[in-house]
Amino acid sequence: MPEHILLRHRDIPEIADLDVYLKHDGFKAFEDVVTNQAPERVIETVKTANLRGRGGAGFPAGVKWSFLTPGVFPRYVVANADESEPGTFKDREIMEGNPYQFLEGVAICSYAAQANTAYIYCRGEFWDLAHELEDKIEALHKHGLLGEGLFDTEYSLRIYVHLGAGAYICGEETALLSSMEGELGQPRLRPPFPAAEGLFAKPTVVNNVETLTNLPPIINQGADWYRSIGTEKSTGPKIFSLSGHVERPGNYELPFGTTFRELIFEHGGGIRDGKAIKGILPAGASAPLLPATDEVLDTPMDYESVPKVGSQLGSASIIVLDETVDIAWMSYKTTSFFKHESCGKCAPCREGTYWMYHILNRIQNGNGAPEDIDLLNRVALGIQGKCFCALGEFSITPVVAGIEHFRSDFEALTGDGK
Amino acid sequence: MSEELVRLKIDDIDIRVPKGTKVVDAAKRAGIDIPVFCHHPKIEAVGMCRMCLVEIGTPKRDRSTGEKVLDEGGQPQIEFWPKLETSCTTPVSEGMVVKVSSDKAKEGRKQILEFLLTSHPLDCPICDKGGECSLQDLTMGHGSGESHFLLDDKKHQDKHVQLGDLIVLDRERCVQCARCIRFQKEVAGDPVLAFAERGRDIEIVTFSDPGFDSYFSGNTTDICPVGALTTVDFRFGARSWEMGAIASICTHCPVGCNLMLNTRREASANGRHVIKRVMPRQNERVNEIWICDKGRFAHHFATSDERLTKPLVRIDGKLVKTSWKKALEHAAEGLKAAGEGVVGLASGRVSNEDLFSFHTLLKSLGGRAILSDPQAGGELVQQVGVGQGTDLGALGAGDAILVIASDLHEEAPIWWQRVIGAAKRGATLVVANARKTRLDEYAGHIVRYRYQEAARTGLGLLQAITGAKDLLKFAGDEPLKSAAKALTEAENLVIFCGVEGLTYAESKSLSEACAAILVETKNVGRAQNGLIAVWPKGNTQGAWDMGLRPAEGGLENALAEAKAVYIMAVDPVGDDPDLAESFSGDRFLVVQDLFMTPTAEFADVVFPAESFVEREGTFTSGERRVQRFYPAVKALGEAKADWRIITSLAAGLDIELEDSSAAAVFLRIAEETEAYAEKSYQSLAEFVEQWPPVGEEDLYFGGTTFKNRQGLGVQLAPTAEKDRSIKIQWSAPPEFKGKKGYLLVPVVELYNRGATVMPSEILYSRLASPVLRMSLKDAKSIGIIQGVQVELLIDGRSEELQAIAEEGIPEGVVLLGRGLGVPIAEPQYVEVRLKA
Repeated sequence: MPEHILLRHRDIPEIADLDVYLKHDGFKAFEDVVTNQAPERVIETVKTANLRGRGGAGFPAGVKWSFLTPGVFPRYVVANADESEPGTFKDREIMEGNPYQFLEGVAICSYAAQANTAYIYCRGEFWDLAHELEDKIEALHKHGLLGEGLFDTEYSLRIYVHLGAGAYICGEETALLSSMEGELGQPRLRPPFPAAEGLFAKPTVVNNVETLTNLPPIINQGADWYRSIGTEKSTGPKIFSLSGHVERPGNYELPFGTTFRELIFEHGGGIRDGKAIKGILPAGASAPLLPATDEVLDTPMDYESVPKVGSQLGSASIIVLDETVDIAWMSYKTTSFFKHESCGKCAPCREGTYWMYHILNRIQNGNGAPEDIDLLNRVALGIQGKCFCALGEFSITPVVAGIEHFRSDFEALTGDGK
Repeated sequence: MSEELVRLKIDDIDIRVPKGTKVVDAAKRAGIDIPVFCHHPKIEAVGMCRMCLVEIGTPKRDRSTGEKVLDEGGQPQIEFWPKLETSCTTPVSEGMVVKVSSDKAKEGRKQILEFLLTSHPLDCPICDKGGECSLQDLTMGHGSGESHFLLDDKKHQDKHVQLGDLIVLDRERCVQCARCIRFQKEVAGDPVLAFAERGRDIEIVTFSDPGFDSYFSGNTTDICPVGALTTVDFRFGARSWEMGAIASICTHCPVGCNLMLNTRREASANGRHVIKRVMPRQNERVNEIWICDKGRFAHHFATSDERLTKPLVRIDGKLVKTSWKKALEHAAEGLKAAGEGVVGLASGRVSNEDLFSFHTLLKSLGGRAILSDPQAGGELVQQVGVGQGTDLGALGAGDAILVIASDLHEEAPIWWQRVIGAAKRGATLVVANARKTRLDEYAGHIVRYRYQEAARTGLGLLQAITGAKDLLKFAGDEPLKSAAKALTEAENLVIFCGVEGLTYAESKSLSEACAAILVETKNVGRAQNGLIAVWPKGNTQGAWDMGLRPAEGGLENALAEAKAVYIMAVDPVGDDPDLAESFSGDRFLVVQDLFMTPTAEFADVVFPAESFVEREGTFTSGERRVQRFYPAVKALGEAKADWRIITSLAAGLDIELEDSSAAAVFLRIAEETEAYAEKSYQSLAEFVEQWPPVGEEDLYFGGTTFKNRQGLGVQLAPTAEKDRSIKIQWSAPPEFKGKKGYLLVPVVELYNRGATVMPSEILYSRLASPVLRMSLKDAKSIGIIQGVQVELLIDGRSEELQAIAEEGIPEGVVLLGRGLGVPIAEPQYVEVRLKA
């Protein structure tokens, strides 16, 4: 096992102490960019490294930064720490175990974006963590690593922690910005994109915690080094959150392109109690369920390969389902989640998730009729392609793929033999 | 919006629309209906209901060259976007192809409707919106006719949520389009509604105290696409198809909002027609598609049981009911006996026809007709009022608006709304007042002066603009100079001149200063420029135009000379109890009014007048737009139109006045009043198609505001349009000697306790209170704790009032709302002390 690049606390247990972090080249990258590099050069490095957003969409971070409207200030950087996807728990481990590398990433991004203010938007349940982060930020101020006139330059930076109120939708960047502005957490129209009119209608970069945590090693070791990890198009290390019916669930930092099989059977120790694997949710609740065929198991986990077998990598929260799982039940649970988390802004998501939930609830309670399966599918397809944001579109994937691959599970609950 | 045009094809229609137009509006202009719930042409698009889904394609371009790819026929190849798109959020682009009627688009919209109906209660038979409901209409037009939803899974919610005292929310019917939330935020400037909760639990809430605290709340019921928002006034009152619709004009303030009166015959009213609700009628130049809540809800005075229904004459010291014949004879005798000593007094509450007849009668008798509204400047508006074609809704970047000595929010809410709209579009707003008003938050320049220095401030602005030496003594400070600079630099300039805290003499000086500013900056004689007087009554400008003038030496002096007094639509004793003495002697007094006013109590003859809903006529707005109103219900009792009473009275005095019809009286006005020349009831009734379309088959688009088919009225040309060399002579304001005590300043409150408001019981909880407002410092020095009772000594009278301290009120001043039971004619010095 090579040294961790992101989960460095696994190699250096005390790295959450600033002194320890500094001893291990901490804030060297930030000092380097602030004192030696133009913001454009930092953006160029990140583009060359092809650092892709780890929040789920995989959009190249450097490209996103270059969309900032020129000449408009102030600008803001927002770290998206609203980690809410079911089965995703990587950002939390980073912020708890290796917080300074993340904060250094925020600082580097802020410098590249020429922002003097950055915010960390934590999901409401990260109450304790948010307070710890505030202590870490305070420590950085004391060390002169945040504040006015950093490293004897004119650059200044302040970082603030903002707590959300516990809404999945606030992981969507425009809903996150609305929430920060004190509005209801609902997504807003794009365009304008945050890079043009984001927080308080100013140019804003929103990046995921893991994405930002990649920045210090990229600056320190260079884009070429970074590109040597992972695949050609999905570069660098990735933290895979493995959960479900495996022997050793947890976060695994591996290069992009690692196969599902290697993650589940080598790192995760295989299926619990010697059971057979039935399916994989590769991106939490937000991408189609994959039946665990050999083709799927041998698929490399990167942004290009997973879509080829009919799903998405998303934020790489790999939930493994063994043979005991009833897929109708799984659909019911995920639909309950989406019904609960739908923001209510657009009609198809608001009404559709409520409707799907009621049908699945009926099926789950043994009160479903055979025609409910087609009705469920019809409602799901009625939602498809009509929603305001991706949440509504995600909400149908467990249902549509569940019925497509495991229709018999639904039939068992609705047929005459139930 | 830029003038650059973009060509696109919607279904089979090729059209060109301005760049920036949204596809849904472009389709509407092409005559193609794309159903919408959340989109509204007056509010920013949000794209949340998803009802307007269409297929959109754009010319395919070669990735390497950027050139359009052509098909075999040489036409651009169209690449359709993978998903259905919301036409309300998608701007048009050159060569775009939109499919509204394709199977894919129709199926998508059908699906959205099915979703929306899964949580709608479908209680149309008991819903006030039934018959004029967008959801009903669009379901008929675009729905599938059946639901796959199991109806007992439907979520039930509160059906009677009092959002405020005036608006009731039915949460089950709400389709979460947020039109109400967005209207309040973007148009009304009162962001008091919001969504709470999420998902299917999402609901409309109000977070103001009192709830839904806005003068514009009723408009949300017009743009609500379902029956979720209803007014307390109309809720369960009638079905939309049962009512007649009669065009009218609001009389409460000088904006002149176009109304539609919905009426129905009712058994409970002995088979008479009654007014069921007051609705806005579109006039984009006046009120667009909105009205304020006073106009909508304070209409009950017009049909109140307290109205006078029979003529009265004084016999043996008592007023007793009599016939019209006897009352008219008695009145004629009394006026005849007075000879040339007759003084007429009327307000701008009545129509041009009434005021013209009144003025003509008084002139024929050799007497004088006095306008009771104590504000100067009517003749200046005639000269330099806003030019023909003025549209406050088109003022924006590069333009300026000065509002001086007026609290527009209270005095003329729709003007307030349109002024903040202009400020949001980039117009420079200069607000000059002695105290903080709500308009300040939209102002680019705030000019703060002391009460009694309004006119000096106006002249100070004039000085800064002209640099005239004879004005040097009025020169102001830097904020005033920079405000003056903004006025000078404006492409267009409109000045709203009010009368808050002013005596008549100050008002005269201030309006002259405003007029002179407009002339000096050459902002006269053309559209979007000129003077607007914020008059106390709806037709005060009409009264000036008909020849009435305020009594410059004060009403008391004017009345002192009178042998007989003829009063129309005004209650001088109610407004100023000191005037009671003027009427208590044996001076002959004739009063015609809607109600038995304190003044009428002194009368020898009282005539019952018809209210504006019972007769026809014209009003002239503050922007000098002459507009017609029509009879909606039959006269109450034996009441007659004011002009008819006057002409009948004239006949008994051997004076011949035009008495055949209101239209004929108006023709006489046109003959004798230059600005009204060649105007007629026909020309006032002309209309053109307006954008956005409202009130027809497509209620879903603009809401239930009525389409205007009854006339947009005619805006009169100010003299300056013909005579560019016009000069305005300014005069110095009066000097105020230091007096003792606090300066009591009467201010306007929209919901006052006047005779035209009180009969509307639904407004009771919102009425302004007779509260003395003062600065924090003064309150402290008197020893006032918030809300304590104080004694106000005013002219030897003593009034007991509650007092509160408020930010933004200057020291040495106490404010009290007009029409709240404590009569104050003009600012005066008073004593305030703690109640012993």
